[in-house]
Amino acid sequence: MTIFGVALLAICTLIGAFLGDLLGVVLGAKTNVGGVGIAMILLIAGRAWLMRKGKLTHGFTLGIEFWAALYIPIVVAMASIQNVVAAVRGGPIVLLAGGITVVLCFTATALLSRIMREPETVHDRAAEAHAARVLSGAAE
Amino acid sequence: MGELLTRLSNEHGLIMAFAVVGAVMWISYQISKHLTFGRIHGSAIAIVLGLALAYAGGITTGGKNGLADIPLFAGLGLLGGAMIRDFAIVATAFEVDVKEAKRAGLLGVIALTIGTILPFIVGSSVAVSFGYTDAISMTTIGAGAITYIVGPVTGSAIGASSPVMALSIATGVFKAVLVMIGTPFVAKTIGLDNPRSAMAFGGLMGTVSGVTGGLAATDPRLVPYGALTATFHTGIGCLVAPSIFYLIVRAIVGG
Repeated sequence: MTIFGVALLAICTLIGAFLGDLLGVVLGAKTNVGGVGIAMILLIAGRAWLMRKGKLTHGFTLGIEFWAALYIPIVVAMASIQNVVAAVRGGPIVLLAGGITVVLCFTATALLSRIMREPETVHDRAAEAHAARVLSGAAE
Repeated sequence: MGELLTRLSNEHGLIMAFAVVGAVMWISYQISKHLTFGRIHGSAIAIVLGLALAYAGGITTGGKNGLADIPLFAGLGLLGGAMIRDFAIVATAFEVDVKEAKRAGLLGVIALTIGTILPFIVGSSVAVSFGYTDAISMTTIGAGAITYIVGPVTGSAIGASSPVMALSIATGVFKAVLVMIGTPFVAKTIGLDNPRSAMAFGGLMGTVSGVTGGLAATDPRLVPYGALTATFHTGIGCLVAPSIFYLIVRAIVGG
């Protein structure tokens, strides 16, 4: 049932938020320490467990994927309620932070793919099959 | 008429927000398709448009909550608030398959590690140079340089102010747009022509929309490899930025 999926998502989010708050108190940070990340790990674990049990039905999945699919629109809503007027007064911080980051990460890509290059090209058949499905629009 | 509309939006705030955001998304995807020929992903345009609307709202009302300060659009505060946002972001982890994760291997792990630490250091250093010297603002802007999701998630977890959150989101979006546009131009120089470098690239750049958009314009066959590592980026960022990173920054600068 769809509600079971939504409920699992809710429970993971709640436990994550609770553990994040608890961790904040323990560490004396007075904040939520990594709650969303913890919730994500719980959900990944929950999914693996349900898969093994063969209980990952279409309805169940739908209850979670609906919310996952809405996340960009929700981020857009979030963007529209920020104090952008005050942020703009902050100056070109966005351009600098974003620009330097991208240049450095491009450089790191070049270095990393050079250092980690495999001695010979190994064809990953599973990956190729997946790539083909993505291209044909059958998978994400 | 105006009164009726206000009452409608008062009683249906969240529903109103769905309709408004739907319209923004539609316009953005039209712009993406017809004005940028798909070069810039619709989602990035939509977030920029969201920020622009927040600016317009702030100018009109003089308030601090962007478009939500206009009574007609107050429902956006609920849809875009921390509760529903975190709920939806957690849901995205459902698509992560542990078996897939193992395929990324050591290269993926190294790329993800560097790709999380490097932007954070750059972001928080730039923040300091602009006078944001408190641990919360530094962490939030640094997190925004990881991705535009990690930024606000971190910001609201540790209690950042709204202008800092806006800067953090904008930094992440700007990064995503740069990756989308810039990737095809630098692809050859940085050796982006095989699945392994695409996986390294995905882990380093993080932003899923940026990576998939950039790779699609470079060589569509590389998209799934880049996306494979990039999808872990936001989750890892949400885990370490408001915890380990924040504590480290706080230990260095205090308060």
